[in-house]
Amino acid sequence: MFSRLPIFFAALLIFLTLPTFATEPAPDFTLPTFPDNIEINLKDFKGRVVYLDFWATWCPPCRKSFPWMDEIHERYKDEGLSVIAVTLDKKREQIEQFIKKTEPAFIIAHDPTGKVAKTYELRAMPTTYLIDRNGHLVMTHTGFRSIDKEGLEAAIQEQLEK
Amino acid sequence: MIKTLLFSTFISLVLSACSLEPVQPWDRDLLAQQKMQLVADPLEIYLDEHTYFSKEASSGGQGVGGGGCGCN
Repeated sequence: MFSRLPIFFAALLIFLTLPTFATEPAPDFTLPTFPDNIEINLKDFKGRVVYLDFWATWCPPCRKSFPWMDEIHERYKDEGLSVIAVTLDKKREQIEQFIKKTEPAFIIAHDPTGKVAKTYELRAMPTTYLIDRNGHLVMTHTGFRSIDKEGLEAAIQEQLEK
Repeated sequence: MIKTLLFSTFISLVLSACSLEPVQPWDRDLLAQQKMQLVADPLEIYLDEHTYFSKEASSGGQGVGGGGCGCN
């Protein structure tokens, strides 16, 4: 009877880790860019790897991630990476002030009511979603610490190589 | 009988309205401000947490992080 235990645990382990491997289509969205107010849709980025980041000016780890997002945008944009940073700030002046200071080269989109954040079931800020070239959600990451950079970059590289 | 039924319906309706909606992460801009912390002085928080962590480390210490903004 006990000889079957390892098989049972192996099966259990595979079953429990299944959701991690399963990819699902990323929820579609249309949002205006900031400050130009040009409508962008997730479908426009089909064929590219999308690094979708939800942030706000009042969230310290979000601010900390900006120089790094600029770095990866510069490094991988020609290989097919699009960085879209969705701000959930309600006041435009706060975003303007922050953007003037940081001058990001990637796309900033504005979701003041949090409607897109809700469809992505955001639990904390910042939350990052990695979407593959076929529009499938392949990774979710919450928070931003210096030690996260390596893992995030490896995940981006893996998707770009596919 | 009808009075009791009406009363219990009224009470259950009133009580069901008591549930609180959790604050969404993107609505925590005011809660994330320094003045909204229970203790506004960062040094005092640091010292208190250090003592707490040292004393309660065996049961997880400061296992749950965050000061309201939901960032980490």
